[in-house]
Amino acid sequence: MPRARLLRQRLLTLFLLGLLLLFSPLVLYLEGAGDWLGIPLLYVYLFAVWALIILLAAVIAAWHRD
Amino acid sequence: MSGPLIIVLSFAYLGLLFAVAWWADRRADQGRSVVAHPTVYALSLAVYCTAWTFYGSVGRAAESGLGFLTIYLGPTLIALLWGSLALKMVRVAKAERIISIADFIASRYGKSQLLGGLVTIVAVIGVIPYIALQLKAVSWSFTILLDYPVVRMPSAADVPPWADTAFIVALLLAAFTILFGTRHLDASQRYEGLVAAIAFESIVKLTAFLVAGVVLTLWLLGPAHFELAIAADDPRLQPLLQPRVPPFQDWFATSLLAALAVMLLPRQFQVTVVENSDERHLRRALWLFPLYLLLINLFVVPIAIAGLVAFPNGDVDADTFILTLPILLQLPWLALLVFIGGLSAATGMVIVETIALSTMVSNDLVLPLLLRRWRRRSPPADLGRWLLAIRRGAILIILLLGYGYYRLAGEAYELVSIGLVSFVAVAQFAPMVIGGLYWRGGTREGALAGLTAGFLVWMYTLLLPYFAMSGWLPPAFMEAGPGGVQLLAPLALFGFEGWNQVTHGLFWSLAANIGSFLLISSLREPNAVEAAQARIFVDATRHGGAGKAPLWRGSAEIAELMSLAERFLGPERTAAAFADYARRRGVARAQLLPPDAATVYFAETLLSGAIGGASARVMVASVTEEEIIGMDEVLNILDEANEIRAYSHELERKSQALEAATAELRAANLQLQELDRLKDDFMSSVTHELRTPLASIRAFSEILHDDPDLAVEQRQRFIAILVSETERLSRLVNQVLDLAKIESGHADWRNEVVILQETIAQALSTTEQLLRERGIVVTLEQPATPAAVWADRDRLIQVLVNLLANAAKFAPAGDPEVPGQVRVSLAAAGADWRVCVTDNGPGIPEHERELVFEKFRQSASGGNKPLGTGLGLPISRQIIEHLGGRVWAEAAPEKGARLCFDLPAHAPPPA
Amino acid sequence: MNKRILIIDDEPNIVISLQFLMERAGYLVEVASDGEAGLDLVRAQPPDLIVLDVMMPKLDGFGVLEAIRADSALAGVRVLMLTAKGREAEQRKGLELGADAYMPKPFSTRDLVARVKALLDEDT
Repeated sequence: MPRARLLRQRLLTLFLLGLLLLFSPLVLYLEGAGDWLGIPLLYVYLFAVWALIILLAAVIAAWHRD
Repeated sequence: MSGPLIIVLSFAYLGLLFAVAWWADRRADQGRSVVAHPTVYALSLAVYCTAWTFYGSVGRAAESGLGFLTIYLGPTLIALLWGSLALKMVRVAKAERIISIADFIASRYGKSQLLGGLVTIVAVIGVIPYIALQLKAVSWSFTILLDYPVVRMPSAADVPPWADTAFIVALLLAAFTILFGTRHLDASQRYEGLVAAIAFESIVKLTAFLVAGVVLTLWLLGPAHFELAIAADDPRLQPLLQPRVPPFQDWFATSLLAALAVMLLPRQFQVTVVENSDERHLRRALWLFPLYLLLINLFVVPIAIAGLVAFPNGDVDADTFILTLPILLQLPWLALLVFIGGLSAATGMVIVETIALSTMVSNDLVLPLLLRRWRRRSPPADLGRWLLAIRRGAILIILLLGYGYYRLAGEAYELVSIGLVSFVAVAQFAPMVIGGLYWRGGTREGALAGLTAGFLVWMYTLLLPYFAMSGWLPPAFMEAGPGGVQLLAPLALFGFEGWNQVTHGLFWSLAANIGSFLLISSLREPNAVEAAQARIFVDATRHGGAGKAPLWRGSAEIAELMSLAERFLGPERTAAAFADYARRRGVARAQLLPPDAATVYFAETLLSGAIGGASARVMVASVTEEEIIGMDEVLNILDEANEIRAYSHELERKSQALEAATAELRAANLQLQELDRLKDDFMSSVTHELRTPLASIRAFSEILHDDPDLAVEQRQRFIAILVSETERLSRLVNQVLDLAKIESGHADWRNEVVILQETIAQALSTTEQLLRERGIVVTLEQPATPAAVWADRDRLIQVLVNLLANAAKFAPAGDPEVPGQVRVSLAAAGADWRVCVTDNGPGIPEHERELVFEKFRQSASGGNKPLGTGLGLPISRQIIEHLGGRVWAEAAPEKGARLCFDLPAHAPPPA
Repeated sequence: MNKRILIIDDEPNIVISLQFLMERAGYLVEVASDGEAGLDLVRAQPPDLIVLDVMMPKLDGFGVLEAIRADSALAGVRVLMLTAKGREAEQRKGLELGADAYMPKPFSTRDLVARVKALLDEDT
């Protein structure tokens, strides 16, 4: 069972990281912060964080495959 | 574009869907399930993305920029917690045969029929606008496509229902859902074919959206790039080109709302929990489902920009951009693909949602009412058929209600806000569900109160404003509050302004809900059934799920239970299920099953799969005679396992304590034996020391007595010996008594300030004669200032005398060439005064320096014996240690022994 | 020829009394104040009888007795043990080691003299 608990713990950590990256004043820094290849940085940031969370979750889940 | 073409295409698509479902069902029957695959499971969860997502995201982005993302970020984050949250729900649902969210909540709070009914009502009322939205989407997209190649918004539906596309769509979907979902009443209540169809639909709608997204983005960056540059200053484009994060509370609240909805919407509960075939699938879903959400949102902003650039006048609804843009660009194939994608999103949602709702309506609303009626009259024999009929009727009624809502209120708002209102309604289940999974204290009344309060506030703050907007209520009511009471204004309750309507409604409804839930729950302790259910739910992930503790006692007949099950499941399935259960219990035939708690529990869960936990409990109770189990007894049963564990703990602890005690006893025994040996040794030593002078005394007395003619000088010599041996004897007796007194703590201590110089002088005068006789020279070194200590004067003198006598004993005597010397010194040693008595005798070997302080242990290297009793130094040590000092032997600087003691100075010695 | 008696004891007053008693009874008396010195004297010139104390510095009475009994040249030496330790165990130990008689302290002078006389008379 400790392995399952470890999985939950890692995902919880990722959850908190996601909260921090998406729902904290960090996001406000990117308002009007210019653009990248013509795309406003705020979009780039949000989608990049989103993708990163999914990627990490996939890596964590794959590590726990039995 | 011709209507028949679209209709034929739509039917072809629905037929394909049906084929997929049929194929999956057949595969399942053959035991080669396609649904038992984690990717299929994850795709089926994407039923979350409805027409609301497909059309509405673009609309919301065009309207307000980034806000649409919250609907998908919330679920992305909550999915990370599925390893615990959803896992618990899946385990509980499997163990308890839970088939709907209403069933889940009712089961958690003591299998309450009332609670199940209330959840059903909230779900139906809350979700109907959401269904209306799907109907609207299908009918609008159909109407718009009909006008191809002209882009024209549908006019307000003023046609009679039978000519209204939406009405026809509603009927068609009802028929389709009935075909899909109510072909038979399954004990497991899982729809494998449906899940396969939903997963297929998820692929279709994602593909359609991505293809449209790529084409429209390329158009925007290519041919339209010039128009884009011109429109860059258009204020309508600013929220997209210069994106801003929505006000924080809305950004967060909407995400939270979506996170709750993705678990609590009846259809999401159905696909996530009820249709889960393997809990390991959650592990794939927790990242694949968010990935799906990410992909379907990738092109939302470009399409919104393209739409705003292409339709600068604002006469085209932004919700339709994904469809109207291909029409404008003369891409009929893309327009059809998008239409199919939207149809797919809408039908997927409607089918699963209405199946889930109809199950809830039949099991938690209609059946309990029928059961009440049948209490007086006997129920019909084939209840299974009844149930199917009820479900079919429920599906039709729910879709008609959806259509009705669409006709009456659907025009007032764009798609996204309708969806959010539904989300807030189902969010009212969150305290009961999530609280119920982690908190044991919730009660039936608490859940009822919380749900009622939250639902009422929802109606007031979110539903009423819709009615007002649709002209059913005076709009002034919204701002000014009922009767002009500003504080009660539905859009600014208690003066809360500045939040958007959904955030406002969510906050107040959840506050009322959680507050009432906690408050009412804390009025009483959970009763027996609630406590039992709480244990099953809260401990679901502990040790591979909670042990089933059937809390039932009474009498039952197997035949009755079987005939009850037959009414719902039919004879064949019932016989098969009971036979299977009998085999698992090692009984030859079902009829031979023992009518015990476990069997009744089995029958109840079997029925739960068909009619829900609460109703199943009532049905089973009607054919069995249950004895009421008291709360105490239930707690006993529940605590049994804990108690056994506690007992074994206690036992272990006791045996450890016992071992410890044994070890202590053994140690004490050893100590006693040692003490006994010491006492024996002491006694034997004392005896020896007493017998020796006694022997002399007796011998000389007898000699003197027997020999009266002894020479006078010899007689004198013998008498002197007699005297000295007698003295020795009495000294010995005194010292033994003294030592015994000090050791036992009965000695009298007359402590006072004693000047060491004075005591040394007194001791020297006491021993003067002895020293002089032995020709010993005494030297004295001491400071002039008085050395004060706190001590018993007489005993301290006794110590000094002992030390002097000891020194006199070992100093050389009778040798004129080496005169005996004894040096007495007094000096400060830190905070102590140190007194040393040094002789120039043979000295004490290092290994004997401690022994000299033991009783009767005289140094073997001693010269003449009879001077000491062997008790002087032990007594001295007792005295000095009692006075807080220490005494020891050391080697003298040159030759000989030195015995010293330290005593704490009474006043600090002068520096 | 007068019999020779060796007194081995570390208590001077007891030695004085024993010496007086033995000389009065007509024996030749030699004295040693510890076990080692006593054993040296025994080896130098074996006495007819030894009055042997048990508790002594350097070598105790049992040690002396053992050494004497181990030496075949000293087979004829009689040993009377004298001890302040009156326990039976001590007494038995002494007899087992080959003492001819055993007397506890304090002793009766008459009994002692009679005992010594009896031991010495056995020879003749």
